[in-house]
Amino acid sequence: MKPAAHATLRLLAAATGLVAWWCLYRHLAALAAWLTYTVAGLARGSHLGASVEFFVFEVPKVLMLLVLVVFGVGVVRTFFTPERTRRLLAGRRESVGNVLAALLGTVTPFCSCSAVPLFIGFVTAGVPLGVTLSFLISAPMVNEVALVLLFGMFGWKVAGLYLGLGLVIAIVAGWILGRLRLQKYVEPWVYENMATATDAPSDDGTSMSWAARVQAGLTAVREIVGKVWLYVLLGIAVGAGIHGYVPENFMASLMGRDAWWSVPLAVLLGVPMYANAAGIIPVVQALLGKGAALGTVLAFMMAVIGLSLPEAIILRQVLRPRLIATFFGVVAGGILIVGYLFNILL
Amino acid sequence: MKKIQILGTGCAKCQNLAAVADQAAKTLGVPYELQKVTDLKQIMSFRVMSTPALVVDGVVKLSGRVPTLEEAQKLIG
Repeated sequence: MKPAAHATLRLLAAATGLVAWWCLYRHLAALAAWLTYTVAGLARGSHLGASVEFFVFEVPKVLMLLVLVVFGVGVVRTFFTPERTRRLLAGRRESVGNVLAALLGTVTPFCSCSAVPLFIGFVTAGVPLGVTLSFLISAPMVNEVALVLLFGMFGWKVAGLYLGLGLVIAIVAGWILGRLRLQKYVEPWVYENMATATDAPSDDGTSMSWAARVQAGLTAVREIVGKVWLYVLLGIAVGAGIHGYVPENFMASLMGRDAWWSVPLAVLLGVPMYANAAGIIPVVQALLGKGAALGTVLAFMMAVIGLSLPEAIILRQVLRPRLIATFFGVVAGGILIVGYLFNILL
Repeated sequence: MKKIQILGTGCAKCQNLAAVADQAAKTLGVPYELQKVTDLKQIMSFRVMSTPALVVDGVVKLSGRVPTLEEAQKLIG
């Protein structure tokens, strides 16, 4: 078969797949109700019925969204290699650089195990420290798995809020950290061994074929969905239990907006937790339905996803404890403000 | 003798890359030695920004992802 015909065929297959995806997605709610009440014969309005329906509806919904979005993001990311992002950021003025770094943090491929090489690569290429930190805040916090889960469980408004506020925190915290002149708390060897270094290939992501980009999207689906599906299942199972069995307004006194201490407590609890966004969000969504306040819930999620102890330990290789503490302090402060603002405004 | 180095601090992807590179080199039938570089300073001397990375005879061939077997064969051979 000619290459052109091959491409057309693939495009057609992709379009058919997308239509099938959409049809199934539209009818998931009806399907879940039918499975729960007609096939399984559970009583409407019962605790068990509510829990089962929640589970049977949310699991396929979230997994379907995840597959689609992770694939799309996987393809988009082939355009933004770390090398290219570094070139875009090197030599930028601080304020503009912070904004750009936070935005690029959302689309550049990032894994916390690469945080150190990336940090060194940025700093030694002349990216200001504060701008580099903006990137390191936004990259883990504003990620596609968290956004899909938020969209699936809370709707686009909360997902949008999380995206916007995550970016604002990354920009402002990075800018403040840049102002604090903390360069002396970066381990000195970071700047030392650059003289002897040889150049890595200039892989800027512009020369890839479309077939390779699609392949990268599929790999992302296999890697990411393969890793988080179990957390999605567990998270939604716990959420379903809460949904059906925990009484209304149970959380109001504990995590409601009148409890002033709930926001700092949420952040304090969130930092040492290194839960997957996929596991934590369904639980949090169920709590919200039982009277927890949105600001408290957002603060908790941001602290869990954005700040983690393992990340601090990894960064310790290049940053002195004082810089790490300041870094975490400033970001946690930003999250606190977001939490309070939401509880007051909404 | 080809010198294959795997740069990475020991994450799951680094193990996968080492396994794929090893298999690729075996199927190519060339004499080779495989070395895992886990020391951060040494990794950084190659100027890679994302791990794992594949280095063949001192040249960085790939970084940040695990290639397929065929791709690894091309990169090594």
